[in-house]
Amino acid sequence: MAVAVPTSDSLPATPAGAILPTTSQPAGGGGFRSHLGSLLFLLPGALWLLLIVVYPLIATVIRSLFDGSGQNFIALGNYKSIFSTTDIIVSLKNNVVWVVLFPFLVTFFGLVFAVLTERIRWSTAFKTIVFMPLVFSATAAGLTWASIFFIDPHTGMVNAAVQGVANAVNPPGLYPIDPATGQTVSGLVATGVQVGPSGSLESKSTVSAGSTVELGLIGISPTTLQQNGAAPAVAPTAASGAITGLVWRDFSPTHPTVRGQVFPDEDGIPGLQLALLTSSGASVATTTTAKDGTFTFANPGSGNRVQITSNNFRAGFNGIFFLGTQSLTPTSSLSPTMQAILSLPIVDIAMIIAYLWIWAGFAMVVIGAGLAALNREVLEAAQIDGASEWQTLRRVTVPMLAPVLVVVFVTMLINVLKIFDIILNMPAPSSQSGAATLAVGMYNDFSTATGQGLAAALAVVLFILVVPAMLFNLKRIRG
Amino acid sequence: MSVQAASLPVAAPPKRQGFRVRPSRIVINVVLAAIAIFWLIPTIGIAIISLRPNSAFEQSGWWTVLTAPAQLTFNNYQQLFSAGFKAGGVLDSLTTSVAITVPVTILVTVISSLTAYSLVFGRWRGRTLVFLLIVAMLVLPLQMALIPVASLYKIFDNATGLQLFGSVIGAIVFHVAFGLPFGIFLMRNFYSGIPHDLLEAGRIDGAGEWTLFRKVVMPIGIPALASLAIFQFIWVWNDLLVALIFLSGNTHQTLTLFLYGQTRALAANYWIISSGAMISIIIPLIVFFAFQRYFVRGVLAGAVK
Repeated sequence: MAVAVPTSDSLPATPAGAILPTTSQPAGGGGFRSHLGSLLFLLPGALWLLLIVVYPLIATVIRSLFDGSGQNFIALGNYKSIFSTTDIIVSLKNNVVWVVLFPFLVTFFGLVFAVLTERIRWSTAFKTIVFMPLVFSATAAGLTWASIFFIDPHTGMVNAAVQGVANAVNPPGLYPIDPATGQTVSGLVATGVQVGPSGSLESKSTVSAGSTVELGLIGISPTTLQQNGAAPAVAPTAASGAITGLVWRDFSPTHPTVRGQVFPDEDGIPGLQLALLTSSGASVATTTTAKDGTFTFANPGSGNRVQITSNNFRAGFNGIFFLGTQSLTPTSSLSPTMQAILSLPIVDIAMIIAYLWIWAGFAMVVIGAGLAALNREVLEAAQIDGASEWQTLRRVTVPMLAPVLVVVFVTMLINVLKIFDIILNMPAPSSQSGAATLAVGMYNDFSTATGQGLAAALAVVLFILVVPAMLFNLKRIRG
Repeated sequence: MSVQAASLPVAAPPKRQGFRVRPSRIVINVVLAAIAIFWLIPTIGIAIISLRPNSAFEQSGWWTVLTAPAQLTFNNYQQLFSAGFKAGGVLDSLTTSVAITVPVTILVTVISSLTAYSLVFGRWRGRTLVFLLIVAMLVLPLQMALIPVASLYKIFDNATGLQLFGSVIGAIVFHVAFGLPFGIFLMRNFYSGIPHDLLEAGRIDGAGEWTLFRKVVMPIGIPALASLAIFQFIWVWNDLLVALIFLSGNTHQTLTLFLYGQTRALAANYWIISSGAMISIIIPLIVFFAFQRYFVRGVLAGAVK
């Protein structure tokens, strides 16, 4: 990756003619004409910049001292409202989140990729793949990543992956009850059952060997029953020395109001896991209901209560709302202002991942060019002296690369200070305001009739935030 | 790790001890392959979504296509293109994006080279100061200019009866101004490497500044101009903020505006969003693959913007 264009790092060391104005007259026949000629060349650029960049810069500073209408001078009034408006505090907070996390992460990934690609044969292919997203608009990239983070595990890839793992580790029950949608286990209670400990159900009365028990549930959909292969419920018959029973759907379409009676058009509830408990709550036996809902505990021992265990009702994984308002820090008990300051919206993290996808290639290529320009002899000397790969990287390569790493870091810092496009395009509508940054807030205020004073103040704040980076660049370029 | 360790002599001299902890090439290859696949997934995903019927989008993930590729169709694109060049449609947005991006690219490259020429080969005082001002402008947030420029445009519109605010021209003028600092910076750095003797020889022969610029400096500067042009093209093509403000009220939208509008419309239009996104990235992708070398140079030279 040869660099033909001189980068600012490789500027010629003050060639007097190039940077410093010379007092000598141009040699030969140029004279006044050449003077005028080169000044004329300056004209279009200078005029353009004066009119559309320099004048507006000053005008914006002045505008920020006036109110929304632009008629009344209010000094620092707009700046005061910046730090007292909850929406803007949220924007400032989000900018801080971006600035703290993103430049560091992208520089880190860039460094790791740049170092690792030096050891593979297909480094050009790898660099191309990682670099490619840089040419995508943040708009298109944001929409793409939004689809990857969709909440529904059927369509959102990340949630599909999480679901696969979650359901393997912790399989959902045959009859899931999802508290998130307002369902409760107690809603299933119909006949002969009551709510037991930790989301289970148990028989209301005690049972003894040789007797039968009928447990009626409602609120289970016929579709679910059909999927699990349910057959019409059959009333249990007593068996000596055993506890027999039935768990059935205690709802008959022909007798919709009658409970506690097994009708021919009612189904058993198959596949339920049951436990037989003693008076002290210890489990002495377990069994599973048959297709018609019947079950048998052949050796009940001292067990006298039937429990429908809670794992029958365990809800499956329904997706994490990555694009939503959920805060990763617990802030619900705090005041609105403290919430605005301390909440960390999950969508910020989702967007930072998407933005890393766009920009890691940039960091990798810039750092890679720096790496290629390093003095190989120093690295080899370190290794000959017995430094391990890791030691060489930490103690030699990274310190030597420091100037390039700083450039990448600062470039990315400026970039995320002004971050805008991805925030308009990636979060769900409900989390738009919670994910806003200064640039988004400035645009929103700009678009309202009375927000121009505030928008100007926000622009000035953005400007002040990039001034250190500006000075850094100036210092770097003056050498 | 085992491969490297095994290939070392058993009684390695102490000097080479360090090489034992080198992670094996196999591990690095596998890790980087996994990263490369991860990096490709979003692009592949959105491409496949755009090629599936909308009904399939809601029912199953795009990755199910990998086992049943028969579902793929170009219907979404056909439907998008069938609207023709009607304002607000995707083809109209494509032409609007081109109508903004191409003039900006040309203007920025030409004006930047002229300014850079003057900064490097001119004889007037204060060139260093002007260059440093331009360096300072490199990181200037364009938010600083939105309000006054919008007002300037409106004053101009009232005075002349023309329409600059909300027009493609207004967007172009703004884009050029914010493309110039980087353009001048890049070209000036490149021209600084051209020996002055080359120009002095021409001056002695009586060549004017314009001739020197056209015949001597411009041809040498072509690689840098190419980098600048590609960088600028992609930069403007992908812009959303400037278009949002300076094309507001215009029925013609850029592609980014078109996509943004779709996200704000009612849900379940991912068939438009995905195919629209593909159309919006295809041109930068072509530019990228055709001129990758120049683009990378531009990025390296401009690690400041």
